[in-house]
Amino acid sequence: MNVLRAAAAALAVCVAVALQVSVFPHLAWDGIVPDLCLLVVVGAALTRGPHFAAVLGFAAGVVLDLAPPADHLAGRWALALVLVGYVAGRVRQDGRPNASTVVATVAASSFVGTSVFALSGIFVGDTSLGIGEVFEVIAVSLLWDVLLTPLVLPPVMALFRRLEPDRSLA
Amino acid sequence: MARIPRRTGRERRWRGGTDGPRPSRALLVALVLAALSLMALDSQGGGSPIDPARRAVGEAFGPVETATAAAVRPFTAVPHFVRSRDHLQQDLLTLQAENSQLRSDLARQDYDKNRLEEYDGLTAAAKSLGYSLVPARVVAMGPSQSFSRTVTIDAGASSGIQPDLTVVNNDGLVGRVLRVTRTTATVLLIVDADSVVGARVGRSMDVGLLHGRGALGSDGRLDLELVDDTAVPAEQDDVVTWGSQGGGPYVSGVPIGRVTHVYSSVRESAQRAVIDPFVDFGALDLVGVVVPAGTSSDRAVIEADGSLG
Repeated sequence: MNVLRAAAAALAVCVAVALQVSVFPHLAWDGIVPDLCLLVVVGAALTRGPHFAAVLGFAAGVVLDLAPPADHLAGRWALALVLVGYVAGRVRQDGRPNASTVVATVAASSFVGTSVFALSGIFVGDTSLGIGEVFEVIAVSLLWDVLLTPLVLPPVMALFRRLEPDRSLA
Repeated sequence: MARIPRRTGRERRWRGGTDGPRPSRALLVALVLAALSLMALDSQGGGSPIDPARRAVGEAFGPVETATAAAVRPFTAVPHFVRSRDHLQQDLLTLQAENSQLRSDLARQDYDKNRLEEYDGLTAAAKSLGYSLVPARVVAMGPSQSFSRTVTIDAGASSGIQPDLTVVNNDGLVGRVLRVTRTTATVLLIVDADSVVGARVGRSMDVGLLHGRGALGSDGRLDLELVDDTAVPAEQDDVVTWGSQGGGPYVSGVPIGRVTHVYSSVRESAQRAVIDPFVDFGALDLVGVVVPAGTSSDRAVIEADGSLG
């Protein structure tokens, strides 16, 4: 079960990265695309809790950092998505989260994720952009993520829920 | 309503004692430290230890991106298809190609004239203005959330592409190759905030450095700083690449853009001009990589005289 779960999670992350870099640029607004990896991590967090989501966030972040055409310092998305997975996982409830909780979690996660990524770039001197543009990117990607939540989160959460027969292990 | 179950969740965790949040927090710290050490490893200049991993992931992921882009292409081409039913598409493409050709000829005219005056023989001009190109398609674009402007193209080492080659399309300069895998290459666009291009104002032959701003679309402008701070570029002047010895990373004479504004700053005692690039970076598709003549490639190479080699 563990292997199957890891394989399913890895597959979800790969599909998310491929869609994010190869399909959504056709729909992008000013180059800003929905952060599908982040949505997968939030979906995992809401069904499986912070433990699993932080590990998945790290893995997804490393893929985002290394898959072409990425050219930033490796580890920046990993850091951002670990924190997203952990924070979103703390919101998890024992019952099924309702729609408004999911949307609020996605919005908060998107804000945290993009901000942490941008801040890490500023701290290590990897980004030379103005604050205005950074805020624009954060706002638009938040909007994108919330818009795609109804399409992406239900199947992702169903996937992770199906792969988790025993809740107490999470 | 949403708060009540959350509180019970937290209480449960508290009652759960040490095996509740603790391991999770230790794990969080471990993962954050792992991410930070990745950043530290990658920030070492020169050959970073992360490069082999980057290359391995690229080898695995490049074909996935190429396949995804190929699968989506019929759908992104739907608007084109609709127009082609009125037989307009073919005309449009022909006119666009002709227009780009004329525009790049015009952009190079001043430059060419000056070159011919400065250098006597035609040999040098022929050598640096006729290039062989490897055609490629853009299969992936880095998101703006990453704050860097890079794309993946579907030609790699097996097509004769190496790092630091110039990438152009039929409008002008696109960027340069950063790194390659066997089947794909990563291209740094000239609008990236870290991109610096040696440029020359075609009319006055003044040289300067072009810096990207990191934005695409209508904000995708470039800043030109001239080396000679007494020279003032005029608006509507065309800017081409300056090029360097051996043609790397940018070959000379490729049109880049047009001067739209000129600012003179008293404090910096230098002229700064804003360049509007000819290339639409939001809609990149077919590009060409400038390769040395006679490069062996697994696909047709467009030779300098327009023939396919």
